[in-house]
Amino acid sequence: MSMLQVSGASKRFGGVIANEKISLEVPEGKIIGLIGPNGSGKTTLFNSIVGYHPLDDGSIRFEGQEISHLRVPEIARLGMLRTFQQTRIYGKMTCVQNMQISKPNRNEGLMSMFDRFPKEDLARIDHLLEFVGLYSKRNLLAGDLSFGQQKLPEFAMALMNEPKLLLLDEPTAGINPTLINGLIDRLKRANEEMGITLLVIEHNMRVIMNLAEHIYCLAHGEMLAEGKPEEIQNDQRVIDAYLGAH
Amino acid sequence: MRNTILLVLGTIIAFAVPFMFPAYQNQFAMLWLMILFALTWDLMGGQMGYNSFGNVVFFGVGMYITAVIQRDLYFDIEEYAHVAGRIDALTPDQYLTGIFLGMGVSGIVTVLVAIILGAGILGLRGHYFAICTLGLTIAAGEIASGIDYIGAGSGIVTPVFPTELMAKGMFFYFVFMVLAVGTFLTNKWMLAGRFGLAVNAIRDDEDKAEAMGIRTKRYKTMAWATSAFFLSMAGGAAGNLFGFIDPINVAFAGATFGVWMVLMAILGGKGTIWGPVIGAAIFHITQELFWTYLFGWQRVALGAMIVGIVVFFPQGIMGFLRQHWPHLFGHKVDEQTTVEQGATKESEA
Repeated sequence: MSMLQVSGASKRFGGVIANEKISLEVPEGKIIGLIGPNGSGKTTLFNSIVGYHPLDDGSIRFEGQEISHLRVPEIARLGMLRTFQQTRIYGKMTCVQNMQISKPNRNEGLMSMFDRFPKEDLARIDHLLEFVGLYSKRNLLAGDLSFGQQKLPEFAMALMNEPKLLLLDEPTAGINPTLINGLIDRLKRANEEMGITLLVIEHNMRVIMNLAEHIYCLAHGEMLAEGKPEEIQNDQRVIDAYLGAH
Repeated sequence: MRNTILLVLGTIIAFAVPFMFPAYQNQFAMLWLMILFALTWDLMGGQMGYNSFGNVVFFGVGMYITAVIQRDLYFDIEEYAHVAGRIDALTPDQYLTGIFLGMGVSGIVTVLVAIILGAGILGLRGHYFAICTLGLTIAAGEIASGIDYIGAGSGIVTPVFPTELMAKGMFFYFVFMVLAVGTFLTNKWMLAGRFGLAVNAIRDDEDKAEAMGIRTKRYKTMAWATSAFFLSMAGGAAGNLFGFIDPINVAFAGATFGVWMVLMAILGGKGTIWGPVIGAAIFHITQELFWTYLFGWQRVALGAMIVGIVVFFPQGIMGFLRQHWPHLFGHKVDEQTTVEQGATKESEA
């Protein structure tokens, strides 16, 4: 059974149809890609999956459990996390603090609000920050990092949270090519070594073709095509959609 | 070691002040109250980024609850109207029982009030929260002005302090000292752990905090309730220090206390542990100097100072220091790029 199963998901904003009967599956342990021209409804679909707004129709199941009625923090605590297209980090806290507060909140009692941070956390944080290449800057305020670099603590924070499934919304937007290569490598390692399933929205074709094992393509709010990277690359409908033939 | 010396020195000074300056006991009591104001506000507005103009509501509610308990414990209302002016109205025992029972009850009640109000308005963000709390203060004053049981628009006269106990200023100096120090230590303890980073995260990006699974509502309610707890107890004592409770100008005084608590926290540096304390001290002392030396123009001077604070010190004193000398606060780049190198360096050191 798939880890994430979206079936017949529809979302309208007034008269605008953002998603129309979208179905997709993310099997456990895989890296799945989601592409589509601007305005095709990718981020809306992400938002529906993680609980930002309710679906008009359809169902979303995570590990067999229906989650379309749950809210964002509840879904996050189930182990499905998302990163944002516009990078979001806690700007006035240091990178280490950003990481400390990102540890999983799953079984938190009322008094754990006042928990201190154990030593083991720090060791794990140091290793994760080293993993994303931020160890030397760990004591800087996260907001003082450059825009491109801010993607790194965001990614590290997501890993700190020990998600089962990670939804990445354009992880390479606004990053220089060298950093992109490093990021692809790290995403793959997170998938292989930490066993985190990934669902990635990406505009950069080189990135997504390298990364994903299976790709879904949206256009005008509808599922246009799906298949292996090579199939998608050669699909005439996908090419047309990107060139604006519709 | 140096901290211990400073701590001992600070304690000695704090205890010596009311004996050294008997004429200024009330002033120093007010100083502790101002510190408490700034600290409780900073927990919400500074650390969590929820700019509340409604915290003074808890202060007023505590004031009323304490006064009513002090009154109803030993008198019925009819009788109280006649005895209130009499010096020997309450024995020291009665007075102490009334005031401390009142403060305790108001602490508990306002925590509940904060939880109930919070369920509704803590969902608002940014300016909407600020405006809503501003309305809350005004509404509270107007509502209190309409309830006969608590004296309506004419307010309540609090019981006369039994001076055979000790000097009034001395008593309240220590009451406010204990409350302010208690607030400081509570803030410090709470902020040192997960709570501190969680409310900071809410300040920096609440959407992100939710997306990471943080139970934001729980943290917000906790901060709001903690503020309420200390403010209401301070309110109970303050009503007795002032001797008179007016619903709009004393209890729910949004235009004075309500704004001052914001300014003091901003002046010292919001979102820092010591900032509110420093800010409160500077603000209170300056304000008193204006009253003494610029009488007639004191409001103008205060207004000018407020504008000056907001324009030139938007980050506050601590924020200014942090901005200009970030390495003093530990925000610096390491030469080591891996955990291994970092560990080697630490073992050498």
